[in-house]
Amino acid sequence: MTTQAEPRRSWWREHSELGICAVLVALGGLVLVDAIRIPTDFAQRGPVGPKAVPVVVGVALIVVAVLLARDVLRGGRGEAEGGEDVDLSAPADWRTVLLLCGAFLANAALIGVVGFPISGAILFWGAAYALGSRHFVRDPLIAAGLSVVTFVLFDNVLGVPLPGGPLVGVL
Amino acid sequence: MDVFANLMEGFATALTPTHLALAALGVLLGTAIGVLPGIGPAMAVALLLPVTYGLEPTGAFIMFAGIYYGGMFGGSTTSILLNTPGESAAVVAAIDGNPMARKGRGAQALAAAAVGHFVGGVIGTTLLVLLAPTVAKYAVDIGAPDFFAIMVLAFIAVTSVLGASRVRGFASLLIGLTIGLVGLDEMTGQQRLTFGSLHLADGIDVVVVAVALFAVGESLWVAAHLRRKTSEAIPVGRPWLGRADVKRAWKPWLRGPFIGFPFGAVPAGGAEIPTFLSYVTEKRLSKHRGEFGKGAIEGVAGPESTASASAAGTLVSMLTLGLPTTAVAAVMLAAFQQYGIQPGPLLFQRESALVWGLIASLFIGLVLLLVLNLPLAPVWAKLLRIPRPYLYAGILFFASVGAYAVNADVFDLLVMFVIGLLGFAMRRYGLPVLPAIIGTILGPAAEQQMRRALQLSDGSLVGLFNTPFSIAVYAVVAVLLAWPLVRRLVRKPPPVEPSPQVEREKVDA
Repeated sequence: MTTQAEPRRSWWREHSELGICAVLVALGGLVLVDAIRIPTDFAQRGPVGPKAVPVVVGVALIVVAVLLARDVLRGGRGEAEGGEDVDLSAPADWRTVLLLCGAFLANAALIGVVGFPISGAILFWGAAYALGSRHFVRDPLIAAGLSVVTFVLFDNVLGVPLPGGPLVGVL
Repeated sequence: MDVFANLMEGFATALTPTHLALAALGVLLGTAIGVLPGIGPAMAVALLLPVTYGLEPTGAFIMFAGIYYGGMFGGSTTSILLNTPGESAAVVAAIDGNPMARKGRGAQALAAAAVGHFVGGVIGTTLLVLLAPTVAKYAVDIGAPDFFAIMVLAFIAVTSVLGASRVRGFASLLIGLTIGLVGLDEMTGQQRLTFGSLHLADGIDVVVVAVALFAVGESLWVAAHLRRKTSEAIPVGRPWLGRADVKRAWKPWLRGPFIGFPFGAVPAGGAEIPTFLSYVTEKRLSKHRGEFGKGAIEGVAGPESTASASAAGTLVSMLTLGLPTTAVAAVMLAAFQQYGIQPGPLLFQRESALVWGLIASLFIGLVLLLVLNLPLAPVWAKLLRIPRPYLYAGILFFASVGAYAVNADVFDLLVMFVIGLLGFAMRRYGLPVLPAIIGTILGPAAEQQMRRALQLSDGSLVGLFNTPFSIAVYAVVAVLLAWPLVRRLVRKPPPVEPSPQVEREKVDA
């Protein structure tokens, strides 16, 4: 490794897959710490208690993380998944991803407060906006329509309850 | 044999007006969702799962059968008309199907695929009827060590046979096993990885995991790399086949199932390998070898029939052993568990009406598929032109509906978000998704069997190997694990440092 800042940054970029190793190690550590904490003295039934499998999984996670790191440092690369709508030649578009996450979390935050018909519409419109749709009349109309139809279909026809929110009282 | 009587009873269950309507609805929904670009059968089934929540189990599974076959069929339409297969089983169909469509023979390609699905499905399902009760009968006698061995085999097969990199497959599997650990230990009631949260004490619902990995992960991943100009689907008329086409296609249709069915039944990754084998076989046997790759109808007919039969083969191990061999089967297993039904050897005894109703509706679904989809093909083709923002917004929308509907709990949406981010990272770094799903579903079951086996042997590890069956399975596992090493030894002198675990297949095109 050189000391200059510039190539170093690109080295990390080249080997960003090591982040996966870090996640695996963290996960393995978490599983192990949690496993050690399980009290077994009174609950043990049979020769193998509730600790054994988490310990094995935790250790295996760390072992696989090390093996993966070795593979990455030797030049191995996980192949990014292609797909019909995936253009791998372009760099990742983080703005779209963040907007999409925002739309998703907005639904999670609002569903209990304003009910599914409204929060679902916000999710759909937000996600469509994030993905580049800019029809300011058509988009919200489709979002509202889809959301209300889904709500009625699930809640009334299929018998799967969704929260209606204050809107249902008005209707 | 009382198999026939059972099957007739199944038809009696499935042919009531309500159940028939559910089967038709399932076929239509399954095809519609499966046709949508970017949605493979597994995601289609996972997204449509909540639709069945309000139904009683038999109706739900009859509808599910329709969704299953519909989704499989829809995938090949995308393959043929867009040249961009949504899932591995449909990859081969694109090799010749798309050139056919580009030559203006899209209608014939779709018809060859549809009839192939029908023939493969009928033969495959018939084999399922003949084999499944027998397998179930023998499986009743196999014990905990055998089950554990089969599950180990499933874990190893799903990480080693598929995908380019074993270490990444194992990483994915372990992530799945970790997710499966969350909740109360079934034997002692101890909390594991719950961090004191009551929400987590029940474990993470498999449906939430599946939808998160397939739908949310996929949407985020596509969003990061969205192709701004989508490829144009080839317009197509009503599918039909000329006499010459049928003459060339009927043998591949009939051969396909016998390649597809056995591969579907063993844990070797579903339809990917058999469809490829079928393609190679048809190419070798064809008189029109030169046409392959440029639009040979045999190259569509054979693999499609194979894929459909392998879907039926998958059901053998799923219903009789509770062992999912593909992502779709994994989601279906989750659906069974949702109803508190555990697929396995006892299923045919305990839930006889449900199983035979399900099998009968597979036949009905196949007929409906043929009757509905041939006339509707132009409509399905239009679905390929859906604007991508709406498509992926819709996927996220229905994923949220599905995850929320499981327990009516916002917490599940947050869990789905976190696992969705994980799915995003896995796609970015080439970690296959299937091992994670299989790990989540089979992990807890495997642990139970292992502990039960060791309980019987009083803690001695011999308890895991003390049946001939389990020894045979472990031998297969050993071969799978050693295979890359063996192959390298055979091909060339051993390298300085043999490391089969890390060395990846370098596929230089």
